[in-house]
Amino acid sequence: MALADTAVLIARQPAPRQQRRGSFRAFAWQGLFLCALALFAWFIIANASDNLAARNMNFGFAFLSQRTGFDIPFHVVPWSTADSYGRALWVCLLNTLLAAAIGIVLGSLLGFLLGVMRLSANWLARSLSLAIIEIVRNTPQLLQIIFWYVVMIQALPPPRNGLALPGGMILSVRGLNMPSIEMGTAGLWPVLLLVAALCLVPVFRGLRRRHRAFGWAAPLLPAIALVVVLLSVDHLDYPTLRGFNYVGGVVVPPELIALVAGLSLYMSAFVAEIVRASLQGIAKGQREAASSLGLSGAQALFLVILPQALRVMIPQLTNQYLNLTKSTSLGAAIAYPELVQIYAGTVLNQTGRALETMFLVMIIFLGINLAISGFMAWYNAHVAIVER
Amino acid sequence: MTSLRKLAYAAALAVCGLGAAGLPAEAQVKSATLDAVKKRGELNCGVDTGIPGFAFQDSTGKWKGLDVAYCRAIAAAVLGDAEKVKYVGVTTKVRFTVLQSGEIDVLIRDSTLTFTRDTQLNLSPIAVNFYAGQAFMVKKSLKVASAKELNGATICMLTGATLELNIADYGAANGIKINSLLFDKPEEAFAAAEAGRCDGYSDDSGSVAAARSTMKTPDDWTILPEIISKEPLGIYAREGDEKWGDILKWTHMILLTAEEMGVTKANADQIKASKPADPFMQRLLGLDEDFSKQLGLDGDWSYRIIKAVGNYGEIYDEYFGPKALGLPRGTNNLWTKGGLQYALPLR
Repeated sequence: MALADTAVLIARQPAPRQQRRGSFRAFAWQGLFLCALALFAWFIIANASDNLAARNMNFGFAFLSQRTGFDIPFHVVPWSTADSYGRALWVCLLNTLLAAAIGIVLGSLLGFLLGVMRLSANWLARSLSLAIIEIVRNTPQLLQIIFWYVVMIQALPPPRNGLALPGGMILSVRGLNMPSIEMGTAGLWPVLLLVAALCLVPVFRGLRRRHRAFGWAAPLLPAIALVVVLLSVDHLDYPTLRGFNYVGGVVVPPELIALVAGLSLYMSAFVAEIVRASLQGIAKGQREAASSLGLSGAQALFLVILPQALRVMIPQLTNQYLNLTKSTSLGAAIAYPELVQIYAGTVLNQTGRALETMFLVMIIFLGINLAISGFMAWYNAHVAIVER
Repeated sequence: MTSLRKLAYAAALAVCGLGAAGLPAEAQVKSATLDAVKKRGELNCGVDTGIPGFAFQDSTGKWKGLDVAYCRAIAAAVLGDAEKVKYVGVTTKVRFTVLQSGEIDVLIRDSTLTFTRDTQLNLSPIAVNFYAGQAFMVKKSLKVASAKELNGATICMLTGATLELNIADYGAANGIKINSLLFDKPEEAFAAAEAGRCDGYSDDSGSVAAARSTMKTPDDWTILPEIISKEPLGIYAREGDEKWGDILKWTHMILLTAEEMGVTKANADQIKASKPADPFMQRLLGLDEDFSKQLGLDGDWSYRIIKAVGNYGEIYDEYFGPKALGLPRGTNNLWTKGGLQYALPLR
């Protein structure tokens, strides 16, 4: 195979002079363009800073270390009113990432299901999928999110008569209250041990494959770690009604549920169409070949059709994931404390630093989305058919 | 020669849009904002995007409210016509930036006058046109009588103000924890409060009264007696144009003085025609031309304000009185009636 590669390289060798001259010209033009762009950027920045100075406004991020003094109603890492604006940025960034991550996973699964249903031989499944897709993708997303929120808070009972669910969970208009696992004196160390053990599994599996030494440890280590974790659990903290609200345990607020529902359902309609189109794009002969080999419908889908369809799907899915991530900012409408609501809202107003907060929020969204694009590009390269 | 240089200096400053701060009083004092407004023939007035009492549009799209009345009064004083106002509805997020950038001439948007906004944002607080304080509204069925009993409660409110900060401070001061749920728009916040997502709603006292009026059954809700913060709502201008600030400040003072002296929209003409001997009344109604002109406007500016919008009490009654939101005058009454509204003397 290496020989073939070399052959291709040699075959492409001719006409280097012309190519080089062309590339030099292109390089010059690009350099000129880059230069103009830099000048333009400098002009914009200089102009903005002149105008800021003329209005006695200054630009700086010193406020990030100041004390905030306000409460963030939902946070996955500890938060108190004495924390800084910098910490607030981290807290609401995690809220944004949480909503985006759950939304992307749920939306992809649901979208895949809807897409496959669209191609089903079953009339009911086909039509139901079509109806859902058309309704969802033809109405504004913000409206859907507010709809889910209002429906949910209208339908759920007040905290004083919350619905008791199995496992000590309670569902009320205040959200889904779940018991939390309280670790004993060992703290989170046993959990870290479990994570480490799980990370070692591939290593031991590799050892088993090659040398058959230590192979027995592959399933054993995580099992031991799991026992350690279970033993070090001190107690479960069940939510109980005290005063106005439930105390203890952890709560999934209705805002998060409504936001994730709105985001993932909306994305799933578009994902469904991408899945349908990609599956239909695979030559009919592939399916026929699969069934002639005796593969079942599901086997044909997962082993033959899907691996090929993925190549077409992934670049388009990337767009959907980026859109969903940006749309988490719609959570501001329903009181979900994400980046835009807390940072471009409360923090902006309290510090008066409109430019800085907007700049930070934009940079962070850019960063998140570039990371998603980068990951998807890597994954795409991974599943793409290697052409030679 | 020096006076000519001063004039050139003033003109240069005015052209640069920097105002004429720091010039001696005897020189012709220029106001860049005033000149711009006159040239434009219209006042760009920044108001709330829509809140009962302060600034809202009626069914025909006409702007109404206490803050809107102030815009009209300023336009009447400066341009001679209360209708020559372009209302710019600004959100809490952009209000100060819009003012700093010069898109609006004055910001009258139920905004609290604070130290930070004065010093850090380089805005000029002019006057308090509404004394408010943050209040709570809860469902009567919760049987809560005081804000101190709200430990563990969740309160819905709007983001972009200092509400969440005040609540955290109040909780810390009283050893209780009140959870806040922050909404972008009042519609969703009201819906959440109505549905029981939170135990109550919090905003400035005037806005809470307005919020209660929009609930399905306003009588199901009670406003708690505690006022947990001082929210002197008022008028902001850009720093560095004192002359313009004077016009805004004295527009407010005229509205208060008119109420103090019993001059209303209806009886102003009659009093003016009766040639009052009281020098204060003469100054108020523009009968003492030399005095009135000291503001840099024509002699009749104060009379026009009263004719356009009435006195402060009339405006308050129209938008917050028993027939509107039913909010007692309280601290917004004149100082002579136990309130805080106190006009500087017209002399």
